[in-house]
Amino acid sequence: MRIGFLSDIHANREALDACLKHVARHGIDRLVILGDLVGYGADPVYVVDRIAELRETQDAIVLLGNHDAAAIDCVTTGMNQYARDAILWTHDELDAAQIEFLRGLKPSFEEEDRLYVHSDATAPGDWRYITDAAEAERSMRATSKRLTFCGHVHRPQLYHMTATKPAIAFKPQTGQPIPLIGNRKWLAVQGAVGQPRDENPAASWGLFDTDKSEFTYLRTSYDIESAAGKIHAAHLPQILAARLYIGR
Amino acid sequence: MSRQQLRTGDVLDGFTIGEKLHAGGMASLWRVTKPGIDFPIVMKVPTILDGEDATIIVGFEMEMMILPRLSGIHVPRIVAVKDFAQQPYIVMEYIQGHSLLKTLDDAPLPPDEVARIGAKVAVALVDLHRQNVLHLDIKPSNIMMRESGEAAFIDFGLSRHLALPDLLEEEFHVPMGTGPYISPEQVLHNRTDPRSDIFSLGVLLYHFATKVRPWGLPRFNRALRARLWRDPVPPRKLVPEIPPWLQEILLRCLEPNPEKRYPTAAQLLFDLQHPEEVRLTERAHRMEQSGFLTTLKRRFRSAAMDNQQPQEVGAKPATSAPIVLAAVDLSEGMEDLAEALRIEAGRVLHFVPGARLACVNVLKLNRIALNYPLDAEGHNIHVSRLVELKQWARPLGLSAGEVTFHVLESPDPATALIDFAKSNNADQILICARGSSNLRRYLGSVSSQVVAQAPCTVTVVRLRSSNDMAVEDVAEQADEAPAAQA
Repeated sequence: MRIGFLSDIHANREALDACLKHVARHGIDRLVILGDLVGYGADPVYVVDRIAELRETQDAIVLLGNHDAAAIDCVTTGMNQYARDAILWTHDELDAAQIEFLRGLKPSFEEEDRLYVHSDATAPGDWRYITDAAEAERSMRATSKRLTFCGHVHRPQLYHMTATKPAIAFKPQTGQPIPLIGNRKWLAVQGAVGQPRDENPAASWGLFDTDKSEFTYLRTSYDIESAAGKIHAAHLPQILAARLYIGR
Repeated sequence: MSRQQLRTGDVLDGFTIGEKLHAGGMASLWRVTKPGIDFPIVMKVPTILDGEDATIIVGFEMEMMILPRLSGIHVPRIVAVKDFAQQPYIVMEYIQGHSLLKTLDDAPLPPDEVARIGAKVAVALVDLHRQNVLHLDIKPSNIMMRESGEAAFIDFGLSRHLALPDLLEEEFHVPMGTGPYISPEQVLHNRTDPRSDIFSLGVLLYHFATKVRPWGLPRFNRALRARLWRDPVPPRKLVPEIPPWLQEILLRCLEPNPEKRYPTAAQLLFDLQHPEEVRLTERAHRMEQSGFLTTLKRRFRSAAMDNQQPQEVGAKPATSAPIVLAAVDLSEGMEDLAEALRIEAGRVLHFVPGARLACVNVLKLNRIALNYPLDAEGHNIHVSRLVELKQWARPLGLSAGEVTFHVLESPDPATALIDFAKSNNADQILICARGSSNLRRYLGSVSSQVVAQAPCTVTVVRLRSSNDMAVEDVAEQADEAPAAQA
């Protein structure tokens, strides 16, 4: 089975559509949306509807992210000013059905030897970040699953560890299939679809082939001008548009 | 993890287990068969005792990662890989031939034989590095000479794929390699430099040439450090018959600083195949090891190199320090084109550090008539061509190590150029195309055949022409061969 992972879409319609097109070209059997459908971007309505449709028609697995959770009841604890402004705006944009869709999402999902989670395995609803090997190790030790796929950080990064040694970080190359094999656990942090922060502005997604046990980080360019223009038009904080161009 | 104990006669995933060929601390090796596979195969199974520290199988994990991603005659063909979920194993081609370990019994070998074996292994290294993999455990027992003559590497347990995670990074506190062969940078825990394989090949060839290991058989990790500061005994001191060119090659491979070694396996191969073109430096004539003070200084300096962090992977090994072949036409009336070719060569070399220029001229032989080595005035044609070739390159101002000269003799210049490019692993060919004409288009030209069949990038150099015909011809050629720039 070929699984496509999309994380941190952040209401970026152009990036989502570009990724879905790219996904279709690669041919996949299942989609997993790793949370943060909304927040930051100017198209929360379109993105929520599109993802709901994918769950309906293609049996996509859809997880809750911290921005989605915040948008449900406008609880923005721990968020910076820009994120908070965007959440309040997003909440007003969404209708009751869309809010209910978000409310129905869970922060993690397990299947076979895989854990899907927005943030980390120690406490999926506490939204901890995995930014280094020690944090990745903490998460891998908290699950019995061999493979973890998560988002939240907006920077593609891969970690692996054996039972007796500390975890190791690896910076993956785009398009290079990496075998997640051996007598060890792996944790693949996805890049962001809608707001990349690894200094590469292209939208990011991941492809896992369960037969070969190979994971590939992929990128696709999208119409940043349109996405940024809509952020300006919605009077959302300017920085949310500017950072799309530089991927930071 | 529960494992079944394999026995001769068992069937596992369609493979019938045959005789046990080897049982080691890391893995056991079984001859196996499977219907539909018509070449000899073996199954490698890691030795895992329940409850034992899992680190002994990291090498097996590396092989599972790397081997299926390799192809070509210089590695074993992979048939199947089974992950740790059940019984882990790798089924691969059983390479028929002999390991270089046997050849060691005959050392010291004659210099030409050392160069011949070195060239075979260098060809295999070029291919491996092109696939983004460093072997990092080059030694006689890990090199098989196929019955068909090619060298093939086995045992990739310490190898590194530069685009994949290094599973051995976690074993960071121990230098990983085989005592006599390990490179200084591996001693310092750097596993990202293709030139480490060149160092180990140098140790192997030194041993073949002298029957002596340059740093003996170090038993402790501390003793491995000697190669950071102690230069080996010059091979010619041990075996006076060794010519200066071979000592130059061996000692250049064994430089403690990778920057001073051959930048690529292709460049080492080039020297092994063209002894007469090896640029001799002080290394070639050295008859003593460095003195006490120099060694002491190096030793102090090496002490500061400890505790290095894992290195970032640099440029792809295959793209650095290219070999550029200039096909020089020395015929009368072609002076302007020859100059245009020289200008192009100058541009390429200017922008690419470490590039090496091979100037090639083909002396066309008649297919039927006898060929006389002397011209009408009694000059040796081959020698006079060589002189002209050197004359052509002089304005480029290249030093002896950056340029070599070759006069090929063949009735078919295009094929001769292509063969030379292949056997020397040229990365780019610069070739002139004469003016275009309909006749030339239909009969074909040397340059168009080279463009069509070359194994690498080809740049076609042409004199600017106002002739419309020429433009059309160029466009057509570019369509056929995207690698060519006209």
